[in-house]
Amino acid sequence: MSVIYIALPVAIALAAAAVIAFIWCARRGQLDDLDGPPLRMLHDDQ
Amino acid sequence: MTASPLHIPAFPALHARTLVSCAHCALPVPPGLVQESSDVQFCCHGCSTAYEVIRGCGLERYYHVRDQATGAATAVKSTGKRYSEFDDPIFTSLYVKPDDHGGSHVELYLEGVHCAACVWLVERLPSVVPGVYEARLDPRKALVRVSWDPSRTSLSRIARTLDSLGYAPHPAREAAARTLRRMDDRRSLIRLGVAGACAGNVMLLALALYCGAFDSMEPHYQNLFRWASMLISLVSVAWPGSVFFRGAIASIRTRTAHLDLPIAIGIGAGAIWGVANTVRGVGEIYFDSLSVLVFALLVGRTIQHRQQRWSADAVELLFSLTPSAARRVEGESVVDVPIEAVREQDLLEVLAGDSIPADGIVESGTSSMDQSLLTGESAPVSATIGSLVCAGAVNLSAPLRIRVSAAGEATRVGRLMKMVEEGTRRRAPIVRFADRLASRFVYAMLSLSLATGVAWSFIDPSRAIENAVALLIVTCPCALGLATPLAVTVAIGRAARRGILIKGGDAVQVLSRQGVMFLDKTGTLTQGRMSVVRWFGAEELKPLVASLESESSHPIAQALARDLAVSDFPRASEVEQVIGGGIAGLVNAQRVVVGSSTFVRRIVRNEDARITESESECIAQGLTPVLIAVDGLICGVAGLGDPLREDAGAAVRSLKDAGWDVRILSGDHPDVVSAVARTLGIAPDHARGSATPEAKLQAVFESARHGTVAMVGDGVNDAAALAAATVGIAVRGGAEASMAAADVYLSQPGLMPIVDLVQASRRTLRVIRISLGASLLYNALAASLAVTGLINPLIAAILMPLSSLTVLTLSFKARTFGGR
Repeated sequence: MSVIYIALPVAIALAAAAVIAFIWCARRGQLDDLDGPPLRMLHDDQ
Repeated sequence: MTASPLHIPAFPALHARTLVSCAHCALPVPPGLVQESSDVQFCCHGCSTAYEVIRGCGLERYYHVRDQATGAATAVKSTGKRYSEFDDPIFTSLYVKPDDHGGSHVELYLEGVHCAACVWLVERLPSVVPGVYEARLDPRKALVRVSWDPSRTSLSRIARTLDSLGYAPHPAREAAARTLRRMDDRRSLIRLGVAGACAGNVMLLALALYCGAFDSMEPHYQNLFRWASMLISLVSVAWPGSVFFRGAIASIRTRTAHLDLPIAIGIGAGAIWGVANTVRGVGEIYFDSLSVLVFALLVGRTIQHRQQRWSADAVELLFSLTPSAARRVEGESVVDVPIEAVREQDLLEVLAGDSIPADGIVESGTSSMDQSLLTGESAPVSATIGSLVCAGAVNLSAPLRIRVSAAGEATRVGRLMKMVEEGTRRRAPIVRFADRLASRFVYAMLSLSLATGVAWSFIDPSRAIENAVALLIVTCPCALGLATPLAVTVAIGRAARRGILIKGGDAVQVLSRQGVMFLDKTGTLTQGRMSVVRWFGAEELKPLVASLESESSHPIAQALARDLAVSDFPRASEVEQVIGGGIAGLVNAQRVVVGSSTFVRRIVRNEDARITESESECIAQGLTPVLIAVDGLICGVAGLGDPLREDAGAAVRSLKDAGWDVRILSGDHPDVVSAVARTLGIAPDHARGSATPEAKLQAVFESARHGTVAMVGDGVNDAAALAAATVGIAVRGGAEASMAAADVYLSQPGLMPIVDLVQASRRTLRVIRISLGASLLYNALAASLAVTGLINPLIAAILMPLSSLTVLTLSFKARTFGGR
């Protein structure tokens, strides 16, 4: 069970990486428009 | 009469004709515009242009996408303007920014954006205009960002294309404020994301701890989990949770009760106690409850924030709507210039059909003006040399040249916009239910926790602080903070599906109360356009009048031509028009004169005995009498007016039954207004005519001192009053400015939606009250458990989401708008 001493920090680090990625996206403005993309997705390009 | 077989074939043809719908907007096509030879039919020129552009670029899929999206049909309001001011250096320096890779980009507000298909169509701009790299439309803000190569195409060409598709573009002003707001939005989104991630991970750790508690987890593992959850929770409390501490400090400093204060006390006490217990290695920790608390409360706050942001965006749109170009006379030539370049004493040319760009005095030309935007008066006024014209009025019949006396913000319409802005700012904020509860809540929470601490120090001193802190945490008003935004958001969403667009939750709270409701007349209670309401005279006269009047573009003439039209009428010849008087001409070799009493009586003196009687009957009903003379004898009277909307009577009655004091506030002639009031059963002293926009604003302010005021209107002349009223409601077909100033916009015709809205608001408030009651009940239960020392983190972790779930279910299951 002592593997938890490694697994837990790794898990937290992974979660932190996801959070950092999210913050990076938000700061660069990728999440500014929350209404357009769900509409855009339905329009397939020809 | 026997049905002759000869008559039957006429019926299918007639039937088919009434069913024709426009190929672009799907609205019915007026019979006069149906072209027998063509496969596709259009209701107006704008629609046919848009259809051709869309077809020409191979974008027919738009119609498919639109039908799938909503089927929402709106007629194209393309203006046909040249937009050459968009290429002017002044315009470029103000709004156009260089791109990273040599191109340019600009942000434009579009009129008429309403559904998913609009996003599809606008973003196909690169395939319509060569040289455009990209167009991105934010449908919520109606803001499009276009980037293009200035060497290959011009901005005016892009603007013209957007216009011909039915999306009239306006430059987006106030770039700095928009950037600030965007940054603010990003920060709150980041806070929400971080709080969510923290809450999820702490819950996983807590699950392990709870399981471990039953399975006797080894202490060193338990310690590891406690430290890990402390670490993550502290991130959540210190970063996203800091908004509550800031709110609490502000609330103490301004001495106003706010829900942030009890929240901050609960979170703060829980965090300190948790850290102490983690470091000591004994005692309970409440980190899972704390981080979920922060996340759930931030969700509620973000929902509320987005509602408020919408109304701020709308006001911004309003300022971008004033005309953006003017035609300035420079020597012999006329140049298009942006509105910012117009100065006092400039000479401007205004073509027929254009709106006046600045206040000024007419120097040459004679025309008639539609000032309904400013004054609300439906009848046009004549303008000759020396008369004052206001920006925003529409020049109806002939070109004019005006000398500018005030431009930009100094114009009457500019000052009006300023008033809208101030009205929005001066409006007292609505004290939220939850905030009103907050002050009492704080006292109850603190004194109860103190009492618990004191009582337990006698019973069992080792558990005194433990129980006092537990009480602070479990009574933290989480569901209380969620109840109002959730119920209001659900109501707003359902209202939107029924064509009622509500911009802020405040409107719902206000409309659930009772107070004074001012209704505008033109365009709100009435249909907003002239038509023939009464007719005195022989039926045979109608085609004669219709054919003569179809030669003129005056609104009264158009109403006569439209309402008296028969399938085929003779053409008029030798037509003569007198502005502000009437029209005369030869129809079927008969001399026909139609016009105002003075105009007709000057030409013709003989009259039928009943004419004067009919005329005074029209005046008594608030109608404008138009006299008709044929071959030297006055033989008919048409009473023209703006007819009431069909549901006006029923709506006013229902509103009165609901306890509202319904009044009329109109810019139209007092006689007309009192006639309408009589029909609707409104007391004469509650119906006010000849009210300028400023007077409307004054009336709203006066009534607002005594209580709630709702204003219902449609024009720019109502905009300031709409913004100043406790709640402003704009009706369908109104000016874009009034839509922006109002809190509620009805996209369904008629007044019945207002009744719907009032009733649904009451139901929504009832839901909020029940939710608040339920969450207080949970708090009381949790408090009594904590006081008796029966609480532990597991019970808290079950109880808290349970109360939030109750509120959630109540909000979604309750009947608010039209059943479900």
